[in-house]
Amino acid sequence: MHSFTTVFNNYSWEETLDSIYRKTPDDVLRAIYTPKRSLEDFKALLSPAASQYVKLMAEESRRLTLKRFGKTIQLYIPLYLSNECQNICTYCGFSYDNKLERKTLTDAELLAEAEFVKSMGYRHVLLVSGEANQTVGVDYFENALKLIGPVFDHVSMEVQPLDEHEYKKLMSHGLENVLVYQETYHREDYKIHHPKGKKSNFDYRLETPDRIGRAGVRKMGLGVLLGLDDWRADCFFTGLHVNYLEKAYWKTQYGISFPRLRPCSGGLPPKLPVSDRDFVQIISAYRLFKPEIELSLSTRETPEFRDQLIHLGITSMSAGSKTNPGGYTVASQSLEQFEISDERKVPDVIQAIKSQGYEPVWKDWDKTF
Amino acid sequence: MNDQLIIGGRAFTSRLFLGTGKFGSNPIMKAAILSSGSELVTAALKRVEKGLEQENLLSTLELLKVNLLPNTSGARTAEEAIQCALLAREVFETDFLKLEIHPDPKYLMPDPVETLKAAEELVKLGFTVLPYIHADPVICKRLEDVGTAAVMPLGAPIGSNQGLVSRKFLEIIIEQSRVPVVVDAGIGRPSDAALAMEIGADAVLVNTAIAGAINPEKMASAFKKAVEAGREAYISGLDTLRSHAEASSPFTEFLDLL
Repeated sequence: MHSFTTVFNNYSWEETLDSIYRKTPDDVLRAIYTPKRSLEDFKALLSPAASQYVKLMAEESRRLTLKRFGKTIQLYIPLYLSNECQNICTYCGFSYDNKLERKTLTDAELLAEAEFVKSMGYRHVLLVSGEANQTVGVDYFENALKLIGPVFDHVSMEVQPLDEHEYKKLMSHGLENVLVYQETYHREDYKIHHPKGKKSNFDYRLETPDRIGRAGVRKMGLGVLLGLDDWRADCFFTGLHVNYLEKAYWKTQYGISFPRLRPCSGGLPPKLPVSDRDFVQIISAYRLFKPEIELSLSTRETPEFRDQLIHLGITSMSAGSKTNPGGYTVASQSLEQFEISDERKVPDVIQAIKSQGYEPVWKDWDKTF
Repeated sequence: MNDQLIIGGRAFTSRLFLGTGKFGSNPIMKAAILSSGSELVTAALKRVEKGLEQENLLSTLELLKVNLLPNTSGARTAEEAIQCALLAREVFETDFLKLEIHPDPKYLMPDPVETLKAAEELVKLGFTVLPYIHADPVICKRLEDVGTAAVMPLGAPIGSNQGLVSRKFLEIIIEQSRVPVVVDAGIGRPSDAALAMEIGADAVLVNTAIAGAINPEKMASAFKKAVEAGREAYISGLDTLRSHAEASSPFTEFLDLL
């Protein structure tokens, strides 16, 4: 069975990084002005040489986004199911070795959270959990989907990687979108950041999008945790991954998120910080390389920065997010996965989107599908 | 001259149809629709929220009193499109339906096999079906045979603003069609719309080019005029192209006397 691993193994991290760093201003300008961009063009857009052309890239990104998506911003909100986790991740508040009170939502709590989120106007919810297969496994997710199915129009999930048949099972209960982040494509550093737990299996995680694609899930989100390693190479491998998946699973719609490492309990500082300018370069590079994919922005970024990014290439945003299980209604003090930066209330974010001339879209999916 | 377009028993004076998916706000969309003079606008079921108090697409369109053309955008199979159509008929209270089935999320290319299958079924269910389809003359005839009220071949990929890249095939479709031909997708400039009308299309559908303009209201007006000019040119009988001048020659003048 073919998988991304075969493609990935043809690349060396060091050689890839080196070739990105060797790109020249001429390579960058060609990549900006060419109508169809190759993987080499994508490298140029991510290169240090491109940093002086970020403004030009952002303008092109804006133009392509308007053409494809118009002046609309989709809205979604995360709903944390559990902070139970059997993994040790050096950067995450839910890490197994963090001493914190663990919490998994009961049916009643889940429904209370769902109703509260719906009352904020949301029709699209993203279910999130740590990786604890004994307590928060496929059966738990199946039950959760049954419970909240009638409440929302669109359900996404960002949980531990599952097997193909498990994705199929969850799809039959209304799962439409699966997000899975590789965190970093640097095989050795991945091991350092994930020393224990099922997540330490780099290859199983790397092949998760293949399993999602084979299961026929409609939408899939990829990304890396910006700051864990050199973002230029990590973003290139994300693009390479999407490039492969688009050809292999051509009916699936793809999205990319770009979470920056944020403070959390027991977390580490970014190894390689990503500046705001770098961040705009990343968004623009993804947009120029893949004009049709969805680009999502979380509340990890500051309100001022998020407001500016509305124009530059993103297509969906979360607002009013809590990153702890029960955070909306039942356990507001439980430990959050990471600190959010945009703490504005939903109506304020909506107002910010509208004042920029964009329409906030609550619903872009119907159960008929 | 009464130059009405009849689709599904309904008469339209305007031959410009509008899509509603990409406007920055409902007031901007409303202004563009009014300025376009359009009498038929599309709306995606996947975006519609009926019964909510907040300002939404459906209530805005209802206020404008334009004809609604619900679409099945998002459907990947005939089965999904039919489900969507049944729900759309309830929500929008119309039999009109823009049938869209595109399993490919990148270029949104219509699936001819699933579209034909769904069209046949939907016609039997009493829908007035307007299928979005590739500029393929054969599939357009097959759709007409199963009873669609019009065909909507693409000029270019959706949202691409590339104009009539499929022109040669559109001309064949227009020549052969017994149902109205609405050129959908790819129209990026008023001149593209005028050209579509000049070659004999019955109507055009535009969204991105208007919603994405700096001034959508004014751009809608520009498209209105272009469609009218193109139609007027078509029904006036455009002179044919010539590869060289046809000056009268002294060597052939005697033929006039024969």
